[in-house]
Amino acid sequence: MTIALQQAQVIPQAADYIRILPELILSLFGIAVMLIDPVVDEEKSQKTLGILAFVGTVVALISTWYMGANPGLAFSRTIRIDSFSIFFTFLVIAIAAVVILSSFEYMAVQRIRAGEYYALILFGVVGMVLMASAIELVMIFIGLEISSISTYILAGFRRNDAASSESSLKYFLLGSFATAFFLYGVALMFGATGSTNIDTIAQRLQSEPVGLLAYAAMALMFVGLGFKVAAAPFHVWTPDVYEGAPAPVVGFMSTAPKAAAFAVLLRVVFAINAPGRFWFLWVAAALSMTLGNIGALVQTNVKRLLAYSSIAHAGYVLVAFAMTSQETFANGISAAMFYTAAYAAMNVGAFAVVSHFANAGERYVTLEDYEGLGRSSPFLAATLTIFLLSLIGIPVTGGFFAKFYVFSAALRANLIWLTLIGVVNSAIGAYYYLRIIVVMYMREARKEVPVTRISFGVATALTVSIVATLYLGLLPNRVLQIAQHAAQDLLPPASSMSAAQTAPAASLPQR
Amino acid sequence: MMSGLDSAILTLVTFVPLAGALLLVLFPRRDRDIRIFSLVVTLLTFVLSLHLPVHFHRGQAGFQFEINTQWISSPNIHYHMGIDGISMWLVVLTTFLTPLCVLISWKSVHERVKEFFILLLIMETALIGVFMALDLFLFYFFWEATLIPMALLIGVFGHERKVYAAVKFFMYTMIASVFMLAAILWLYAHTHSFDFVTIRDQIASGAVPNFPAAAQWLFLGFFIAFAVKVPLFPFHTWLPDAHVEAPTAGSVLLAGVLLKMGTYGMLRFNLGLFPAQARQNASWIMVLALIGIIYGALVAMVQPNMKKLIAYSSVSHLGFVVLGIFSFTQSGLNGAMFVMLAHGVSTGALFMLAGILHERRHTYEISEFGGLASPMPVYASLYLFIVLASVGLPLLNGFIGEFLVLNGAFQDKPIYGILGATGVIWSACYLLWMFQRVFYGKVTHPVNEGLADIAGFEKAAVWPCAVAALVMGVAPILWLAAIDPAVQSVLTPAAQVFGKVVGQ
Repeated sequence: MTIALQQAQVIPQAADYIRILPELILSLFGIAVMLIDPVVDEEKSQKTLGILAFVGTVVALISTWYMGANPGLAFSRTIRIDSFSIFFTFLVIAIAAVVILSSFEYMAVQRIRAGEYYALILFGVVGMVLMASAIELVMIFIGLEISSISTYILAGFRRNDAASSESSLKYFLLGSFATAFFLYGVALMFGATGSTNIDTIAQRLQSEPVGLLAYAAMALMFVGLGFKVAAAPFHVWTPDVYEGAPAPVVGFMSTAPKAAAFAVLLRVVFAINAPGRFWFLWVAAALSMTLGNIGALVQTNVKRLLAYSSIAHAGYVLVAFAMTSQETFANGISAAMFYTAAYAAMNVGAFAVVSHFANAGERYVTLEDYEGLGRSSPFLAATLTIFLLSLIGIPVTGGFFAKFYVFSAALRANLIWLTLIGVVNSAIGAYYYLRIIVVMYMREARKEVPVTRISFGVATALTVSIVATLYLGLLPNRVLQIAQHAAQDLLPPASSMSAAQTAPAASLPQR
Repeated sequence: MMSGLDSAILTLVTFVPLAGALLLVLFPRRDRDIRIFSLVVTLLTFVLSLHLPVHFHRGQAGFQFEINTQWISSPNIHYHMGIDGISMWLVVLTTFLTPLCVLISWKSVHERVKEFFILLLIMETALIGVFMALDLFLFYFFWEATLIPMALLIGVFGHERKVYAAVKFFMYTMIASVFMLAAILWLYAHTHSFDFVTIRDQIASGAVPNFPAAAQWLFLGFFIAFAVKVPLFPFHTWLPDAHVEAPTAGSVLLAGVLLKMGTYGMLRFNLGLFPAQARQNASWIMVLALIGIIYGALVAMVQPNMKKLIAYSSVSHLGFVVLGIFSFTQSGLNGAMFVMLAHGVSTGALFMLAGILHERRHTYEISEFGGLASPMPVYASLYLFIVLASVGLPLLNGFIGEFLVLNGAFQDKPIYGILGATGVIWSACYLLWMFQRVFYGKVTHPVNEGLADIAGFEKAAVWPCAVAALVMGVAPILWLAAIDPAVQSVLTPAAQVFGKVVGQ
């Protein structure tokens, strides 16, 4: 029956292309960047190509509106555009736009001349957007690969630096291992349910007794995705990779691919209603929070510190995944979505400051270098402080509300212990963020650290991040409503869940 | 016209300082202008806040000047502010002390002046917000918002071990308050509301599922956050460090207002939401309070450092407040409230006076001084006046509160009253002994002979406290008239009130 349905839609319609409009635009701009690269003068190429890429992201952002006006399935039910995919599409492209803005100056300072940097970011985003909107596991895998391959290369972009090459290689080896796990899981899932379509899998798992094969498939997929979101116990690569990779790239890869991977995880966990996941997620959340925070306590390299912090934050998001009962699912989904957005805003901002301050060859990335920054550059110190406060979870910032919302969802699902572990962790975590604030404001500089003028691109990137962070903290209502609406879209309609018991095939989600 | 102001007054009082802080960000770095502007803003806030006691309906128990609009639709969070006799005076105390903080910092802060006053103003907004918020989310929002400005005030503008003190202060209060967050979230999960009044009524009517099993833990979750803030023995160790290292204005706000956030929280939330659990736990809490009174006083007695001595005296005095609150008597609670206000005024003044001395000699060591009464006669007599107020001399503000608290504690259990009363004696010992060592006798260190007497801005900062101490001592009824009904409604078990309403 499903085959017949698929055949009816096999010829792509115009609407199909509209539903991947952002991907198309980003790809076109990416190709344009690569084609123009050899033509323009080498001295000016960075600016020209960067601006072209930035325009690409802006056009893609605008096109999301157009795409959003045409929700529905596309390309033989491999893509579904609903408020859930629109949310993540918008988020990922916005992250890319801000990262590109903060990269202009960085690339010039590091004397990296390569147009493919911007092309790779754009291609990576194409993969991530696909991950966010695909409801077919094979399509998700393709998106995952596209995004991963471009981030592998981006991580090694400071090619004269051994640390950067190490970072790239490590990320590549472990990353391909993890995607293989994911693929293996997809294969087993196909064996268990006879489908790679998320909706169909959900119905099969609902209607039939869940076999061992399905559990194994789920476990393998979790391993692959756990790696991508840097959740413990699959987090070991994070500090080394983040330390070596160029700072703006870290800002990018700690937020955008993660957001996309969380989108996939949300689909796998909640749309499929994955069996036997509770303790896996519970332990992963508790471990990530604890190991991330404890690891960060002793770091002296700011990039490494933020790497551990990103593990901890993955843990906070995972708390929202550990929902058990149907009525708490929507809460968990919207909490995870809000957290991802808030984390993106503050972390991209923090890395924009770090990459500006790092200077040529990323010389200044230790805590010691930040001493006295409050005096030498009050603006930079104040902005970084806002992002750090948001990472701690102090009111007025998005990070506070995100944590609050996640823990509130967790307590509504009666996860008292996980909540307690979470709140204690967020108090412990405050210590190491505070350390950065302390060295900036309360210590005098012991060595001469040059503070360069903030370029227009970086200033814009910082402004956007700050506005987003404060907006999510003070007026979260609108984003919350979008996330809550998206959660309803992601979940199969309640009636179909019960109807699925009797007539599995009759309840395909139709839009 | 008047009603228009009534509905907006709480918002105005809360956010005028914040607006001032935002304007200060745009100010050029001309220190004098910044100081004058901060003074104008804080004075304006004070004048605005006077609207509250003037138009407050005394004898009425509920919340007044309420404002309640939706902030976030889901989760159901409201911008719900309101005051009763308890919170109103704490708000006025805050707005009264902040301009004095500006004055006392006029000369003593000369580096990063702009940042200092921005932090001070943000701090004021957060403190006022804590006392006015009636939505638990909003309350926690302001509660946490006080942390950063205070930690920065200590850490950036403090003395030698400022970083240690700032981080210790931050971590202690942060770790404790996350338990309160967990408790608030539990309440939300089971009542679907953050509104204080709604939750109180739901608990009282027994409509909250699973409440009996969780009540003790919820009570403790709130209590631990407040106990660290107060600070109740044995959670007090952050306080002396924070005080010794903090700049004078920081100490004044810390002792004068910040500690009261803890006792206010106990009064409002521990007693308001969990009256039954509060009564069950009262005995050990009162024992801790008594230990705090006596231990704080004994440690204060042997301190060689003037500021540390005052800090430990705060531990002792705040012990009285907790003792009064958990005595569950009308007089005990009235007294607790009054001690909070009196302590805010007199200890605030003591810290200012200590700061003035530090300005001149850059030390707080008592042994560095002696015979100061001859070079600084005006200063000495002001100091004596404040010390007597703090000791609890009748007709000054310290007496009324402590008397009421002890009366309440005695009604509860005579031994509590008897032990608590020794605290009054101890406080006379350590304060007067300190006064004697610093001011009487001959000038022991020649460098002290040429010390300039209290002058200008310093006078302007200390005098209002002295006047307030006298007025509060002579006419406590001005304050108690509003406090009494509010306290009474806290004491009347909400279940009874609810039963009456349902019964009619």
